[in-house]
Amino acid sequence: MTMFSGHDLTCIRGERLVFTGLSFAVDAGTVLFLTGPNGSGKSSLLRLMAGLLQWAEGDISWDGRSVDGDREAHRARLRFLGHDDAVKPALCVADDLTFWAGWHGAAGSDAALAAAGRFGLDGLWRTPCRFLSAGQRRRLALARLTTAPAPLWLLDEPAVGLDQPSVTALEAALADHCAGGGRAVVATHQALSAPQSAELRLDGDGAGDGPPS
Amino acid sequence: MMTAFWLLVGRDLRLKLRHGGDSAMVLAFFVLGVALFPLGVGPETNILIRIGPGVIWVTALLASMLALDQLFRADYEDGNLELLVLGPLPLEAVVGAKALAHWLVAGFPLVVLAPLLALMLGIDAGAYPVLILAMALGTPVLTLIGAIGAALALGARQGGVLIALLVLPLYIPVLIFGVGAVDAAIDGLAVRPHLLILGGLFLFALVIGPWASAAALRQSLT
Repeated sequence: MTMFSGHDLTCIRGERLVFTGLSFAVDAGTVLFLTGPNGSGKSSLLRLMAGLLQWAEGDISWDGRSVDGDREAHRARLRFLGHDDAVKPALCVADDLTFWAGWHGAAGSDAALAAAGRFGLDGLWRTPCRFLSAGQRRRLALARLTTAPAPLWLLDEPAVGLDQPSVTALEAALADHCAGGGRAVVATHQALSAPQSAELRLDGDGAGDGPPS
Repeated sequence: MMTAFWLLVGRDLRLKLRHGGDSAMVLAFFVLGVALFPLGVGPETNILIRIGPGVIWVTALLASMLALDQLFRADYEDGNLELLVLGPLPLEAVVGAKALAHWLVAGFPLVVLAPLLALMLGIDAGAYPVLILAMALGTPVLTLIGAIGAALALGARQGGVLIALLVLPLYIPVLIFGVGAVDAAIDGLAVRPHLLILGGLFLFALVIGPWASAAALRQSLT
């Protein structure tokens, strides 16, 4: 069974030590929830996992091999959801989802349409994104995850701004993802349910040294 | 991978055409800037023909810089750049796709408009093919070099001004040989050497531009 893990990670941003000696492991079919106060390094850890930031010490490996060795393969297996929804006001929901589906290698608009339906966006299919509310934008960003399968999801506060039915849709998407052998790392302040989950609490030792990033 | 490249080109084109503002601004600046010269230096044909190629090129240089700030900034600020970096396409190809879309909207129209402005300045019609060819080779260089400046200036607050300062000195070779080609065509001299050098500059920028921009983008994302 493949394992996504990191050991003894140290992250430094600017001059500030965000965390040190941090280890994690995520099995297939499991959701790892990152919890902890603001500024404890949840987002930084997700960015390390995605390869957007470089760790100062330690290593992150997939299936026993460091992800540093083959960045391209690592990028291909992950989906990242950041703080920003990355929604273009000038494009409509259909443009957005079709682009990201194709970008990740899913041909045709069927995958995009299915993803929209999953998050209740099919009624807004031709709506320009500038007319979407904050919650609808978040749902659009979430819907992109499901356009093409990938073994690893990295989600930063996915439930921010979501109403209850959308949170349920997110949990269902996570459950489906895990049932298909995927795994996810989710930074969240909000309790989300997942069939099989673990929690990694970042206590934020480094957080007192400066303003949270 | 090629499909991802063309998808990105298509998306950027669609975005630019729906916004429209940037390319319209570039073209309006180009036309107005050149149109000011006959008013400023007087309608004497000899002088206008003498300075015409230089006026067209200098204005094209300045115009093409206007929209550069937006090349990566919007994607950088709304989080799209992060997603594009994590995509299947190497970052160099992402830059290439964005530069291509940018050139199609803000560079290619300059090539089309140049003969019209040359006509306005009284430049002999025999020089138009050379002007078009020189612009077609030169404007992609402006976009590709400009992409480096745009990527480097991402973190800066006064991005637009910084880009101008970074990029204008690098535009000088294009200016010299672009003007040289048109001047040579007007004077009936050999244009081939100028065009060959412009072609060489284009190939050079095609290699250096995406590579250097990608390095700068990686820097700005961490």
